[in-house]
Amino acid sequence: MIKVNDSVVRELRSRGRFDASKCFSCGTCTALCPVGLPILPREIFRYALLGAQEELIKRQDEIFSCLLCRMCEENCPEGVGISGNIRLIRGLLNEKVLGL
Amino acid sequence: MSLKREDVLTILAQNIGIRGSAFPVASSALTAWAEGLGIRKGGHTVLYTGHMYQIIPFILGMQNREALMRSAPSWGMKVARLINPVINLTRVVTLGAAHPLDVLRYNRVLRDVATLLRSCGVEFGYLYEYEEYAGALPYDMGLDRVFLKHAHRVYKKLKGFGIRRLITVDPHTTEMFKNVYPEVIEGFDIEVVNYLELLAERWRPKVKGGGHKRPFVIHDSCVYSRYLGIFEEPRSILRRIGVEFQEPLLSKRLTHCCGGPIESIFPERAKEVAKARMEQLEPLGREIVTMCPICHLNLGAVKDENIQLWDIATILRDIQKEQGGNGNG
Repeated sequence: MIKVNDSVVRELRSRGRFDASKCFSCGTCTALCPVGLPILPREIFRYALLGAQEELIKRQDEIFSCLLCRMCEENCPEGVGISGNIRLIRGLLNEKVLGL
Repeated sequence: MSLKREDVLTILAQNIGIRGSAFPVASSALTAWAEGLGIRKGGHTVLYTGHMYQIIPFILGMQNREALMRSAPSWGMKVARLINPVINLTRVVTLGAAHPLDVLRYNRVLRDVATLLRSCGVEFGYLYEYEEYAGALPYDMGLDRVFLKHAHRVYKKLKGFGIRRLITVDPHTTEMFKNVYPEVIEGFDIEVVNYLELLAERWRPKVKGGGHKRPFVIHDSCVYSRYLGIFEEPRSILRRIGVEFQEPLLSKRLTHCCGGPIESIFPERAKEVAKARMEQLEPLGREIVTMCPICHLNLGAVKDENIQLWDIATILRDIQKEQGGNGNG
């Protein structure tokens, strides 16, 4: 069972421009990712939008594996600020998990 | 096995918060490149290195010692996190680790940048020991609190020196000052220009004969290309001095990352990304042009012995010297 917490999205939006809701999950980003992790970044965005904080915590390795190289963003048909969103999720996790 | 993410992030946050740098090495190592160049201290316009080229020899040295660090007991990093606020562990771990030839190579890039700028009449100062790291790594890693505090401190210092214009030399520092600082600091009013933009605008070298016939392969940095839109400038400059170069299939706005951004946390994954990029570059030629110290470091870690990596500033300066000139034509 996934626990959801609606404060996650609110917190992400308070940290900066979190526009993951524009993503329609086409998978272009995943196909182009130089790291080749299948989860990045579509599923991560779904978990963030749902407020599934525990799922994000479980996937920290993938979230911190993103190069922020913007190859995905350059080709995203919806113009999602993918690397910025990932950076905001990192910030949230650093605060919640490490207290940093 | 790599160092744990929480250890790396905690030590990074401590270093930024306490020492103002992701990789706090001795100030003399950061300013040595400028020795003998007679660059004035301060001024309205300064050449801003952001320490990026200078720290690469120390990162290389630390990588050579990483096996030793990994063999340390699991509590070793916990102890490191406890004592790092008091004792600068980066200094301890990198003591004597930088190879003198690497120091010369990366310092030379900065000297070449300064000489090239001077050759087209650009006047600038340098902040020497007062220059600060811009904060790209903590920003990218989402260490927002320490980054924001650091950025405000750096801006206050720049304003205190009366800086109106920064000439940056690497993509990460350029992105921080050009796009991130104005977003997080209200009223940020310092002009930021990258040296490649300045050279593209002003450099008119004398070219003798048919140009330079070594076939170079060009590798764009992700940050220059996709964050800053700087990819025609280096090509324009290389063509101007007669350099021929090959374009990989993935270049300009579609360039392939070198893996550098995750090297500190996932070194093995970073190497896989770098290898994938080298496989695209190597078939096109044996001399590769980079424009970013992080790209140079990461591609250098996976290249074959017969491949040479050059920073663009060094190539430009070498050819300028071959052509027997220092100034604009």
